[in-house]
Amino acid sequence: MRVCGLEDIVPDTGVCALVGGEQVAVFRIGEKVYAIGNRDPFSGANVLSRGIVGDLNGELVVASPVYKQHFCLRTGRCIEDASVSVPVYRAVLEGIDVRILKLGEANVLSSAV
Amino acid sequence: MRIAVIGNGMVGQRFLEQLVRHAKDKGAACDITVFCEEPRPAYDRVQLTSFFSGKSARDLNVVPEKFFEEHGLTLRLNDAVLGIDPVAKVVRSARYKNVPYDKLVFATGSNPFVPQVSGRDRRDCFVYRTIEDLETIAARAARARIGAVIGGGLLGLEAAKALKDLGLETHIVEFAPRLMSVQLDDSAGRLLRGKIEALGAKVHVAKDTKAIADGKTARNQLVFSDGTSLETDIVVFSAGIRPRDELARAAGIAVGERGGIRINSHCQTANPDVYAIGECALWEGRTFGLVAPGYQMAEVAARHLLGEMQLQFLGSDMSTKLKLMGVDVCSIGDAHGSTAGALSYVYTDEIVYKKLVVSADRKSLLGAILVGDAADYGPLLQLTLNGVALPEHPEDLILPVRTGGGKGIGVDMLPDAALICSCNNVSKGQICETVRGGVATLGALKKATKCATSCGGCGPLAKSIIDAELKKQGVAVSNHLCEHFAHSRQALFHLVKVNGIRTFQELISRHGKGKGCDICKPAAASIFASCWNEMILKPKHAPLQDTNDHFLANLQKDGTYSVVPRVPGGEITPAKLVALGETAKKFGLYTKITGAQRIDLFGARVEQLPLVWKELIDAGFESGHAYGKALRTVKSCVGSTWCRYGVQDSVAMAIRIEQRYRGLRAPHKIKMAVSGCTRECAEAQGKDVGVIATEKGWNLYVCGNGGMKPRHADLLAKDLSDEELIQYIDRFLGLYVRTADRLQRTSTWLENLEGGIEYLRKAVCDDSLGLGAELEADMQKFVDSYACEWKTAIETPEILRRFRHFVNSDEPDSGVVFVEERGQLVPA
Repeated sequence: MRVCGLEDIVPDTGVCALVGGEQVAVFRIGEKVYAIGNRDPFSGANVLSRGIVGDLNGELVVASPVYKQHFCLRTGRCIEDASVSVPVYRAVLEGIDVRILKLGEANVLSSAV
Repeated sequence: MRIAVIGNGMVGQRFLEQLVRHAKDKGAACDITVFCEEPRPAYDRVQLTSFFSGKSARDLNVVPEKFFEEHGLTLRLNDAVLGIDPVAKVVRSARYKNVPYDKLVFATGSNPFVPQVSGRDRRDCFVYRTIEDLETIAARAARARIGAVIGGGLLGLEAAKALKDLGLETHIVEFAPRLMSVQLDDSAGRLLRGKIEALGAKVHVAKDTKAIADGKTARNQLVFSDGTSLETDIVVFSAGIRPRDELARAAGIAVGERGGIRINSHCQTANPDVYAIGECALWEGRTFGLVAPGYQMAEVAARHLLGEMQLQFLGSDMSTKLKLMGVDVCSIGDAHGSTAGALSYVYTDEIVYKKLVVSADRKSLLGAILVGDAADYGPLLQLTLNGVALPEHPEDLILPVRTGGGKGIGVDMLPDAALICSCNNVSKGQICETVRGGVATLGALKKATKCATSCGGCGPLAKSIIDAELKKQGVAVSNHLCEHFAHSRQALFHLVKVNGIRTFQELISRHGKGKGCDICKPAAASIFASCWNEMILKPKHAPLQDTNDHFLANLQKDGTYSVVPRVPGGEITPAKLVALGETAKKFGLYTKITGAQRIDLFGARVEQLPLVWKELIDAGFESGHAYGKALRTVKSCVGSTWCRYGVQDSVAMAIRIEQRYRGLRAPHKIKMAVSGCTRECAEAQGKDVGVIATEKGWNLYVCGNGGMKPRHADLLAKDLSDEELIQYIDRFLGLYVRTADRLQRTSTWLENLEGGIEYLRKAVCDDSLGLGAELEADMQKFVDSYACEWKTAIETPEILRRFRHFVNSDEPDSGVVFVEERGQLVPA
């Protein structure tokens, strides 16, 4: 479903979208978009969309604003603790529309938690 | 085993620490009683003068917390020992008749020597030995104008510093023809005298004081044998020390002809069950008036008493490094060249004086004197103690470095056995070992080995050894910010400022690599804010901000935020208090008074923040920057407006300071306080910047810290006018903002600052870096461009747009759930 326009996301930041009752953190890196679960598994707060994005050893990551663990935007894997990960969603850019494919659909890449 | 210890000075305390440690290792049970005639346990007598430059009796304490309780020791304070009976093996004190012992230890120290001068018992005559002496001197000094110290040796100069710090016109009277005649030669003494006179004290050498009598213009008069005299209100005797051996003498235990309890190399007196350590002990006809040999004796005695015979006291190096009235003075080994055939090299430019004493074959260093520059003390001492072969031209060691030439004293030259910290007996080998065990900073080394924790003189050398060892291990001593920037924060600040860089894109493309991360982005944002003071939520800056700055509020564990409006100086009108309460009630916010005299409103959801702030701004509030690495608050006491004791208007000054520096972004948060009198109700000495009112103005303290690692602030300058105070704070903050590391509070910044507080004082008060005007101008520019971030935010639609939880829905975050506790809402 369409969650917002590209211009609604300040470059190199994230927003949170409500997708089928689930909270999804959507990030804009340049002209590309990425989506992972918004819930920070370490604190339980729904805040990952508010983290700082960047890269660590070439991998795109967001840092949780609560306790600063890093989550890979492509895989949802936690860099500091391999046993923890967050769900990953398919985010696509159609024209200027940002779309997230609903949870439970075949397009979900992985959903480890 | 019952052990009685007489005296709880630095050496006595060290003995106790060694004793309980080794007794525990050996499983030996000891019943230890300590007699101390002073009202407080051991304190740092070496640093006694700092009592007048702002340190309190508590700062000088050297006893680990709960030491006596934890180890089951009995400490009898205020209880002087009156006699001992070495046959019955009992101690008689002022309060206890018969305290039996199996082993007895004298750690009685020494008494100040007061020469036979008529009138020496007059009311204004003092000695300089204990905190009580200092307090008495300070009390009398309050009603005095002039002070004279009799004695121009090491202790005399210390006492003179104290008188000067008390604001007296200070005179130093010395019997010998030069100052510090034991340690220095004529030329060095002359240079030292010049420096001390330049600091405002008057030196009178070759003066034999005959009598102290009623003065003509002052309370007293010193009468000299040459017929001259000196008017003074106060007289302090500081002409050397005499071992306190009277108890041993009375008990028939052998003492030396000129005093001192005779000991063998195990620190046993003539009575094998009685030991003597420290300044009261006489070994091979010598006494030792320094703390390092005392510490060595303490360890020898403690171990011997527990049955360990190997360790012996075999004399000690008496080299000294001192800062006397701000002048560096060092004396190493055979400073006078009294060894047969000794040669000497001297370099002086009338600012520094350096002398080397070398052996006849010019192969080894026997001693040295340094005045005015102590940098070479550590290396030269090591060359002397370890007999390291000298370079071909020994004079190179003291000549100023010219281009192309270089000094030959590297830490690699030193053998592992080289004793680096003589106070705490730490060798170069031990330091290297500790570094190999993972320690990488001087602070961590201090904790692990106690190295550099007593006199601190070996600190720079220890640091060089740490760095050299790290380098050897292939550990790059890196201060790089993160993987994206091979620069320190300080270097990045410089690049940003000099090149006028205003965006992260430009910064990382010119000076870094990759996309950045949550380390470098907030650091860059802070630097941009410090340099250019643009609104931090402009689109180009917003992605760099940590979530607190990004939403101008403090993130809590459940994803909600807390709001802290600014309450300058902690002064708030009833109307504003009501307004705060109304807003909190309306939005169901939990309220709590902070430690910084403000009110924190918790539980605001992200979409509520602009609504809350709209109300607060309408009520006259502005951002408190509780979310930023910025000035937080300037706490104040109520001051002279209401308080019976206040001497200045601390509230007005706190408000002035808070309004000047509000919003200043820095490497870390900054806290300040202003107290209206010396009672210090605002706790200014625990703040980054602390101001305490005096009768004459303001005393400025810096680099204090509460929190995890509390640090007492250092006195930077005294009796400042309002304008001077602001000027100094401008400069201090400017230097901190420019040079500190990321997330480095002022306390750790100072601890890592080469040259420490002295360097900082010169930079701020004497403008030694020549940066003063620039720092003040930068600060003024910042002050002039201040704007409340929340006011800007609620007036800027593109910023306001980000204050909602869902980009595609107005629903609140269902994850935020509250329950009621004590009448307020808290996270479930």
